[in-house]
Amino acid sequence: MAALTQAAVGAEAPVSRPRRRGGLVPLVLLAPALLWLVVFFVVPTISLASQSLQTGDIDNGFTLTWNFAVYAEAMARYWPQFLRSMVYAASATLGTLVLGYPLAWFIAHRSGRWKNVLLVLVVAPFFTNFLIRTLAWQIILTDNGPVTGFFRATGLTAVLQAMGLTDNDSLLGSQFAVICGLVYNFLPFMVLPLYTILERLDVRLLDAAGDLYANGWQTFWRVIWPLSLPGVVSGTLLTFIPAAGDYINSRLLGNTQTVMIGQVIDAQFLRVLDYPIAAALSFILMAAIIVLVAGYVRAAGTEELV
Amino acid sequence: MSDRQPPEPSPFTTAIVRGALTRRTALTGLAGLAATGLLAACGSPGRNASASGSASQAPKAAATDLSEADKLVNWSNWPEYIDVDAKGKHPSIDGFTKATGIKVNYNEDYNDNDEFFAKVRPLLDAGQDTGRDTWVSTDWMVARLIRLGYVQKLDYGNIPNLTNLEPSLKDVPFDPGRVYSLPWQIGFVGIAYNPKATGGRKVTSVDQLLHDPALKGKVTMLTEMRDTVGLVLIEQGKNLANVTADDFTAALAVVQAAKDAGQLKGFTGNEYTKPLASGDTAACVAWTGDVVQLRADNPQLGYTLGEKGIPMFSDNFVIPNFAKHKLNAEKLINYYYDPKVMAEVTDYVNYISPVAGAKDELVKKDPQVASNELIFPSQEVLAKTQTFRALTAEEETSFNRQFQAVVTG
Repeated sequence: MAALTQAAVGAEAPVSRPRRRGGLVPLVLLAPALLWLVVFFVVPTISLASQSLQTGDIDNGFTLTWNFAVYAEAMARYWPQFLRSMVYAASATLGTLVLGYPLAWFIAHRSGRWKNVLLVLVVAPFFTNFLIRTLAWQIILTDNGPVTGFFRATGLTAVLQAMGLTDNDSLLGSQFAVICGLVYNFLPFMVLPLYTILERLDVRLLDAAGDLYANGWQTFWRVIWPLSLPGVVSGTLLTFIPAAGDYINSRLLGNTQTVMIGQVIDAQFLRVLDYPIAAALSFILMAAIIVLVAGYVRAAGTEELV
Repeated sequence: MSDRQPPEPSPFTTAIVRGALTRRTALTGLAGLAATGLLAACGSPGRNASASGSASQAPKAAATDLSEADKLVNWSNWPEYIDVDAKGKHPSIDGFTKATGIKVNYNEDYNDNDEFFAKVRPLLDAGQDTGRDTWVSTDWMVARLIRLGYVQKLDYGNIPNLTNLEPSLKDVPFDPGRVYSLPWQIGFVGIAYNPKATGGRKVTSVDQLLHDPALKGKVTMLTEMRDTVGLVLIEQGKNLANVTADDFTAALAVVQAAKDAGQLKGFTGNEYTKPLASGDTAACVAWTGDVVQLRADNPQLGYTLGEKGIPMFSDNFVIPNFAKHKLNAEKLINYYYDPKVMAEVTDYVNYISPVAGAKDELVKKDPQVASNELIFPSQEVLAKTQTFRALTAEEETSFNRQFQAVVTG
């Protein structure tokens, strides 16, 4: 782009030197990122694609046999775990949105001089290891703990059980616990993009909406929400994508019926040493996420979500 | 035109959308590459393809030994599997350095057999040094490492203290004649329970663990296949030394049934201990050393070892191919086979010592530990122990596949 502008402006000047410089500089600046992508994304992706189409075992080696049947086999065997992962990730994304939106609004417009402190607090969990944070939820949701006590006293455990989110009057070892863990672990990914957008929102628009007789709900739905949509889209993507592939939360907080696809890939790759099916599962997961995300972004971009 | 301005995408969103598009473009590109047959270059030869006949030692497995010039040994071990003093140091390692002048680069990066294998396999497969001179693998992993020709024979000449090896451990099915491995610690597999969560009830059998309604949804089993299925096999009257494929499938069906009935809360690795102590897990399959340590803080915890038989596992020193300090590693093993040194370790880690004479040393130092039946089991308990037989490559794959279908099904 720089080269074009320059060439257009200085048509009289010797053409070759600036053009060459203009052509090289972006390339040089891009090189580290490109190299990074090639080494850590393109090469592994190709090797993964190849691995998925090979047959064999670690003793006799793997050879490429173009065994596309492995994809059908992977889906036939593990579609429930795929579906479950998508449902959990979607629930967790919705959860982070419901919790994160008011929080982001509050930090952006109502926190005054506490703004920076609150932002640091949102990020603070990242100072601790992901595993430790999730293990902490085992303590929070423990059977003899205050949270479970409160849920039991208020009858909420019965509600959760009726909804099929828990199996008995415990909270740990249930779908509920897994989704809670996902919501907690990915909340900052929702809050930060929302905050960035909401913070830039001109509050005088709210006064203008009021002047035009919009009530609170109308102001939110017709003014704030549409303007914050870019933040919502980024936040949901940043939450949904990693949540769909997560396997720590379901392993530490779930039970034997809450297995997510990440756990299956882990088991097939590390324990069974069935590299082709593990690779095929990874590929299907990647493809599923890309399709969902592309559809979602397109819908969001054409205002149909509004 | 709409009355509302379309929201302008933030740079953030744009970046993400671009990211997705790049991925898609990459995938399209991939298809093209695949057509050129580039994918074919990614196959891996495997061990048997090149080595003629059985999985014999790879021809050039030994690296030039730098032991004399470079007084160092790199040792990978499981977390919290060695003595630690108040300052966080390891007195037995310091003792080794003092006695031999060899520095020990001690790493607690062996968290899981399968994960560690995945980490070192590409290097060993490519004939490269793993940067480690010795590590501690569980028995079945030792069998796999030997099968694949990834480990070197030990030079007994450098390990004179070997005379102290517990006689019953001299010949084991996973390493006949102990050519490649020597035990670091031994443990039993049993059933641990928290009476607070079982309603004061004892859990005395695998049958009760898997069927007692009082434990429903509060039972965990181990992700270690041989330990979990081994317990059930013994309950069914089988001997782990000669398990058949049918035995295995039948035992696994019992686990599957318990899972389907909602009896099981999950399958765990090391992380079963905290929920057991807190009562979130009522009863679980557990390793002896963990139980001894847990009981220090929770004396009420119960532990049952099988009447018919007790699955036993061992974690063993091996020396990988291309290790740069093989001699130093053997000196290290030799050092730990001194009963005095092993007593120091046992006093801290509370697993069963493979070194005869460690008990006599510990009686002087810490009689309470020395009298603990779970650390120094009686002969009649030892007589009941069973070790899972070595599996062929096909069996291992098939068993693992069936087991993981239950765990992640």
